[in-house]
Amino acid sequence: MSTGNMNLTLKVWRQKNNKTTGALVDYKLADISPDMSFLEMFDVLNEQLINKGEEPVVFDHDCREGICGMCSMFINGRPHGPKDLVTTCQLHMRSFKDGDTIVVEPWRAAAFPVVKDLTVDRSAFDRVIAAGGFISVNTGNAQDANNLPIPKMQADAAFEAAACIGCGACVATCKNASAMLFVSAKISQLALLPQGQPERYRRVQSMVAQMDAEGFGNCTNTGACEAECPKGISLENIARMNRDFASAKFVSEETV
Amino acid sequence: MSGFGNAFSSSIGKKFIMGATGIFLVLFLIVHCGINALIFLDDQGLTFNIGAHFMATNWIIRAGEVILMLGLLVHIFQALRLTLQNNKARPVKYAVNDGKANSKWYSRSMGLLGTLLLIFLVVHLKDFWVVSRFTGIPSVDANGHEDLYAVMRDKFQDPVRVAVYLLAMVSLCYHLLHGFASAFQTMGWNHSKYNGIIKSVGVWYSIIISIVFAAMPLAFHFGLIK
Repeated sequence: MSTGNMNLTLKVWRQKNNKTTGALVDYKLADISPDMSFLEMFDVLNEQLINKGEEPVVFDHDCREGICGMCSMFINGRPHGPKDLVTTCQLHMRSFKDGDTIVVEPWRAAAFPVVKDLTVDRSAFDRVIAAGGFISVNTGNAQDANNLPIPKMQADAAFEAAACIGCGACVATCKNASAMLFVSAKISQLALLPQGQPERYRRVQSMVAQMDAEGFGNCTNTGACEAECPKGISLENIARMNRDFASAKFVSEETV
Repeated sequence: MSGFGNAFSSSIGKKFIMGATGIFLVLFLIVHCGINALIFLDDQGLTFNIGAHFMATNWIIRAGEVILMLGLLVHIFQALRLTLQNNKARPVKYAVNDGKANSKWYSRSMGLLGTLLLIFLVVHLKDFWVVSRFTGIPSVDANGHEDLYAVMRDKFQDPVRVAVYLLAMVSLCYHLLHGFASAFQTMGWNHSKYNGIIKSVGVWYSIIISIVFAAMPLAFHFGLIK
């Protein structure tokens, strides 16, 4: 399968399950093509491991098109590797050099326990969404789209927030393992649109409370999340969430 | 505080307290720096001593001093609480973490910079605050005011003390470089029309405050003001 000429040393985190401690294990890979994606390189490694009768490395992946948010991997100290605005599946081996040593670790956060090797349990994000990241609408005929005029700027900002794929790179790279970029994007995509208004202040309180309950850290505005986000989610969303939170707690009469 | 729920105990609420006390301390530094800069008038500290006398005797200022101490303590204890919580949020550290690829070192080192400032503060309060409020200033100037200027001049003859103060001002500069703009972001004051102004005012504020403060021990030590 591999027809390239790159020789690499991988240091991969191997961990049986959440109950055991893991360690970095060295693997030598030869003849890797620079045109392979990072995950294809792992496929090659796993084929070799399987042929040798060893356990393959477990890692999350799904669409391999950069849109599903399943792939993770903390590569050489950065989530999704060295490229900006790219997920691990869209990272190619040409971004590395022949002879490189590549350290691959799972996302590290108390709220993201390791399932096995490089796979972590990100269902904390699902519970944050379930706490309020939705709108309640009565079923019935769809109304005419033009009944709800939305300014272009507003629609664009909502769309940009909605681009979040929930991969967790923000949590992984944050020195405090804070989930504020993710939560604020999910709050903003609804807070910016008319459909999100009825539940706006209830939503921000519920989702922030769930975020805290999951054991994520607190934001210190280093901006690492924004820099590493494969979808370019902006820190503006965190400021918007903080504003909405203040309005909810000090202005709104609705308590959650 | 029924009805406010977890307004201040939630992660965002705790950050509001950090941001608000931070902005309060930023405002305090302007007053502190402004009055101390009177030493540069080079009038044997006559004007500076008038300012110091006012600050020591006016009851509104003295009441403000209590609020300042409270604000400072809240800022410190909240930072400690948040840091402990943040450490717990990542129990297993990364073997390799390339922080410099995505953020400024001083934004990731606010705890370290703040701790250096706290150590400096103990030295600084012992040097001047304890003297002017408790143990007493030994001499008076030509106007008959307590001569705090002379206390400064004498203390800054010690090169070790000057070095400690300079190091502290470097820490202060970096702490403010992140803290100033960060407080605005925390309070939710992020707006495309004002972000540029906040950022540049923050940078200029941090640099000017630190340089003016740092100039004081240097000026006394090298006899530029007598």
